[in-house]
Amino acid sequence: MARRNNLSHISIPELSLVLLVGPSGAGKSTFARKYFKPTEIISSDVCRGLISDDENNQAVSADAFELARFIAAKRLKNGLLTVIDATNVQSESRKDWIKLAREYHVLPVAIILNLPEEVCSKRNKTRPDRNFGGHVIPQQISQLKRNLRHLKEEGFRQVYELRSEEDVAMLETITRTPLYNNKREEHGPFDIIGDVHGCYDELCMLLEQLGYGIDREHAELISAPQTTNEDGYTRVRKPVFVGDLVDRGPASPQVLRLVMNMVGNGAALCVPGNHDAKLLKWLNGKQVQLKHGLEKTVEQLSAEPPEFLESIKTFIDGLISHYVLDDGKLVVAHAGLKENMQGRGSGAVREFCMYGETTGEIDEFGLPVRYNWALEYKGKAMVVYGHTPVPQAQWLNRTIDIDTGCVFGGSLTALRYPEKELVSVSALQQYAVPARPIGYNADSGLSVQQQYDGVLDIADFIGKKIVNTRYSHNITIREENSIAALEVMSRFAINPRWMIYLPPTMSPVETSSLPGLLEHPEGGLQYFRETGVEKVVCEEKHMGSRAIVVVCRNEDVARERFGVDGEGIGVAYTRTGRSFFADKGLEQAFLARMNAALESAGFYNDFQSDWVCLDCELMPWSAKAQALLQQQYAAVGTAAGQALPAVTAALEQAVRNNVPAQLLLEKYRSRQQQVTDYVAAYRQYCWPVHRLEDYKLAPFHIMATEGKTYFDKDHEWHMAHIRKICEAAPELLLATAYQVVQIGDPESELAAVQWWEKLTAAGGEGMVMKPYSFLTRDTRGLVQPAVKVRGKNYLRIIYGPEYDAPENLSRLRSRGLGAKRSLALREFALGLEGLERFVSKEPLQMVHQCVFGILALESEPVDPRL
Amino acid sequence: MLLTITTTRNPATDLGYLLHKHPAKVQTFPLTAGDVHVFYPEATAEKCTAALLLDLDPVRLTRKSGPGGNDFALEAYVNDRPYVASSFMSAAISQAYSSAMNGRCKDKPELVDVAFPLEVSLSVLPVNGGEPLLRSLFEPLGYEVDVQAFPLDTQYPEWGQSRYYQVTLKNTLPLWMLLSQLYVLIPVCDNDKHYFVGSHEIEKLMEKGRGWLEDHPANELIVRRYMKHLGPLTREALGLIMKDEATPEEVEEIPEPAEKIRLHDLRLQTVRDLLLEQQVSSVADLGCGEGKLLRLLTEKSVFTRILGMDVSYRSLEIAGEKLKLDRMTDRQRKRLELIQGSLLYKDKRLSGFDAATLVEVIEHLDPPRLAAMEKVVFEYARPSLVIITTVNAEYNIKYESLTAGTFRHSDHRFEWTRPEFEAWATEVAGRFGYTVTFRPLGEWDDAVGAPSQLALFTIDTA
Repeated sequence: MARRNNLSHISIPELSLVLLVGPSGAGKSTFARKYFKPTEIISSDVCRGLISDDENNQAVSADAFELARFIAAKRLKNGLLTVIDATNVQSESRKDWIKLAREYHVLPVAIILNLPEEVCSKRNKTRPDRNFGGHVIPQQISQLKRNLRHLKEEGFRQVYELRSEEDVAMLETITRTPLYNNKREEHGPFDIIGDVHGCYDELCMLLEQLGYGIDREHAELISAPQTTNEDGYTRVRKPVFVGDLVDRGPASPQVLRLVMNMVGNGAALCVPGNHDAKLLKWLNGKQVQLKHGLEKTVEQLSAEPPEFLESIKTFIDGLISHYVLDDGKLVVAHAGLKENMQGRGSGAVREFCMYGETTGEIDEFGLPVRYNWALEYKGKAMVVYGHTPVPQAQWLNRTIDIDTGCVFGGSLTALRYPEKELVSVSALQQYAVPARPIGYNADSGLSVQQQYDGVLDIADFIGKKIVNTRYSHNITIREENSIAALEVMSRFAINPRWMIYLPPTMSPVETSSLPGLLEHPEGGLQYFRETGVEKVVCEEKHMGSRAIVVVCRNEDVARERFGVDGEGIGVAYTRTGRSFFADKGLEQAFLARMNAALESAGFYNDFQSDWVCLDCELMPWSAKAQALLQQQYAAVGTAAGQALPAVTAALEQAVRNNVPAQLLLEKYRSRQQQVTDYVAAYRQYCWPVHRLEDYKLAPFHIMATEGKTYFDKDHEWHMAHIRKICEAAPELLLATAYQVVQIGDPESELAAVQWWEKLTAAGGEGMVMKPYSFLTRDTRGLVQPAVKVRGKNYLRIIYGPEYDAPENLSRLRSRGLGAKRSLALREFALGLEGLERFVSKEPLQMVHQCVFGILALESEPVDPRL
Repeated sequence: MLLTITTTRNPATDLGYLLHKHPAKVQTFPLTAGDVHVFYPEATAEKCTAALLLDLDPVRLTRKSGPGGNDFALEAYVNDRPYVASSFMSAAISQAYSSAMNGRCKDKPELVDVAFPLEVSLSVLPVNGGEPLLRSLFEPLGYEVDVQAFPLDTQYPEWGQSRYYQVTLKNTLPLWMLLSQLYVLIPVCDNDKHYFVGSHEIEKLMEKGRGWLEDHPANELIVRRYMKHLGPLTREALGLIMKDEATPEEVEEIPEPAEKIRLHDLRLQTVRDLLLEQQVSSVADLGCGEGKLLRLLTEKSVFTRILGMDVSYRSLEIAGEKLKLDRMTDRQRKRLELIQGSLLYKDKRLSGFDAATLVEVIEHLDPPRLAAMEKVVFEYARPSLVIITTVNAEYNIKYESLTAGTFRHSDHRFEWTRPEFEAWATEVAGRFGYTVTFRPLGEWDDAVGAPSQLALFTIDTA
């Protein structure tokens, strides 16, 4: 029976599908406008109008409904309250909306405007567009009344009925109440505890290990540990139980007592497990089979007083299926929860939270085969759950199962949040035998995540993608760029498990206006002055190629940490993800040397890591570009070197014969000089490589080690630690020369300029200027992480042999750096993001999204000379 | 960049009249990407030399590398064009010497058809095909050819010779003919053109080739290169020039061995026949390239659903054009879908097909990445039938042009012998629950087998 509402106030769940029900003329649209935002209302009339230019065109009703349903579905998917403004007087039409609400796990609410026929008819008469027959309203009212009493049975969670204009006038507010599962405002820190199953002693031990004080005898919490959060506030930690407190173990009542006390005092949270739910059924006198450990609980409870049993009933009955915590970043549910069910309320959600998903098959142990929903989980929230005992708690796609089978002789595990640390205590004994061996199906040395990561899903990468980065804005990867990246990744790139980082492109300094120069350090100094950077590091620009080197201490580390098996101890790859060495043997020999250097420099111990990712320059450039040097650079040199002397000879002869060709002759003499300089410039790179000793590697950034990145360190720190490694293998590794420049100090700035002049006069490529700290921001956001100042002669192999002729230079100076710099910052942010994700052990797809994005951005059209 | 023409026919300064250029001046004419200067290093009655200096502006000269061109991003800025005689030189000739080339001489018309002893010097001429090709172009026309070659870099003799030559040509002929021949043959040596080649180019060739191209023994090559290897234009021009001779059907720079063409067709035919025999109705061609197999499949109505997947978007565009996707009826269109995808990423779009084919695809994957492909095909897409073909490395010794240890294609990452392929396929089949059988593809040789090999995987039904 619908509840007549004659109150000034009603409340509905904040995420609900609200159906307005009532005949034409009942005032639904006016009602909707009064209590809801315009965007929340989907009106069937408006939908008719949108597709037929006539809001009263009944002929398009079916299409209009389809449109309304489509819009509603999108809103509900996005978690937005939605109001359906249509007559909805027939139960068939309401059934469709109930179905939609179920599909999106939101609560359906009906607000009935059951106003007298006279009122409706009178109103419609004042509206010239509603000139349908007089029989329509009585018919609608009779349809409405026929089913009014059964609305709850139809599936509406709440039904409100307004029967008169007075009822409508009396209603002042409709408030929205958050769902019980919404605890976004609770930011923790939490200690999330796996399935206890009556293991009281282990629970106490675990809580104590976590820093809680427990009165074991009275099952009460005495004290809770505190943690100072990132924001500087000290907060009390709170245990969160993933459910299955009872059954199988030796002391289910004590466990219940302790948890009930804690939850009752607001000192802990708890979600229900399937065993808890079954116990409730038994307590409620329902028919349940006393097996799977319930028989033990029942026996243990036989000694307890009836008040206690009563309080257990109240406790379990009051448990909320799951919690969404910490601004939506954390979800706790007994058996886990898919993204589209998080924060929603429906029977299906509750069912999933307690039992998870099964495939419908029965395994060899006679148990239903559980479908691992986490395999497909791509949500942003971390999901912590239990239910399925596993030998070890392992991350998979931002989810973790922390039921480590304590009652079966395993351990009781807690996940410290936000620290993501696992703490566990071993079971004192085995209390029960599992029907299915724990860890059944685990067959390789790789972790669950690594097995899953074996093959990435193309849907995560193709098409338009938006990547959230912590150091910059969201970065959009356009579809056409993804197309290019997919081809490069598939045809040329190394195993994506190795490719945790790609370096950003680097912009040159502001264009110089000094005579004969396109680039000069002053341009860089100017840039950093404008961005307010006070200290700058100038590093020698090596004449090599950018290389990313990942080195593991041994192949076991490669397997455990990178999931790479049988591909050596590491990799050296280019900025487009290609293997640097065509010869695998040479690569591994190279990496073995690096490994030995890291070992003897004490790097692994100092950094408490078994691997490192370094951003480097690998020399010589010719190692990668031999064909280019011969077919392009040398070829141009030969053509010019032979043609120009012939031209000047002809001009000289003409001038001797008094032909006025003096100006031309001068021009061609200087062209000849430019070409000579050009040949000298490319010859700097012709460094034959045959053996390992012919290579030199100059690392300049320590990008990441286990659990850590080094973006908070300044470049002198990077240089100092790298120097130590280089000293351990001077035949292979090269410490980069650098200078620190104090911006605004004329002496210091001049020294940098002179150093650049010296480097480039000696045939060097130039230098790279970086803000002193790795990550620097100004008011507009990130500052360029590095800008290059290339030497006058080096630029010949970029801009062409004769770029510096005055008539050429004047035109080349109009180059724009904006696109290149924007690209550099986006790639920089993506690169760091990928590494942060890798060190925090996010799924490979999350890391790959970043490197794939960088590769995609690289296909944006930018002047290749920059 | 420099073309000089010298004559010693007294009075040699007649050259000035023929060229319409005064020997005492430097004259400059504009080109699209620079200037051309004409001056005389020497002008006496005994000997007169006219120099044509091509002065290209490197900044204005941005040369885009087209599809299939080299992937050197800076090619537009660091290139040989300003320093060589190329189609730009032809443009300069027609700009500066147009009257002379067209056989007009205002002051001394009687000189036009006089055969002069002429000496031409070109600095420098790029020649694809080297000295033999150069000689084969000019010697049949009566030129005495003197060639000087240069190493790529004198400091690195091991890099070998460049394709640039200092060329001297001597011949006695009317100036207009010399200019016409240079106009045509310079870009032919270079084997490139800086502008779009359309049907207008045929008219130019007919006009400039009049009187010498018809009987030139290398006229096929000349026409082909002049038309930038555009098949239809080449055929049309050849038809016009050699009116009575038969036109060759396929025109390619280096004709592919006939057996190779047949082999690929045979592979595709075999794959289709197998699919027909196995009575499948939906097929995913993974690595469909330009859609040759797809076309064979669309011809048979039993294939009701056909998917072509390739990692190269460009190939798919070509496939779409070849299959005339945009002109298909809705019903035909629904049968066939082309998608960009990769064998290294699992892909829901590949599920639900009866059969998947990978024709000469796996050898393009780096061996460490095969594991991903195996899962993508056999675990995730999981069709009932999989056909994989790959080259048979044992057969390579039968290709004379193939040096031992090299692959048949530059993008091949490996080539397997029959035992290697069979071992791999058998292990994969066992791991994923398939049964595999093998068959040779192509002409059988008792010692080394067939040029290609095929594995047919059928899923084990539980």
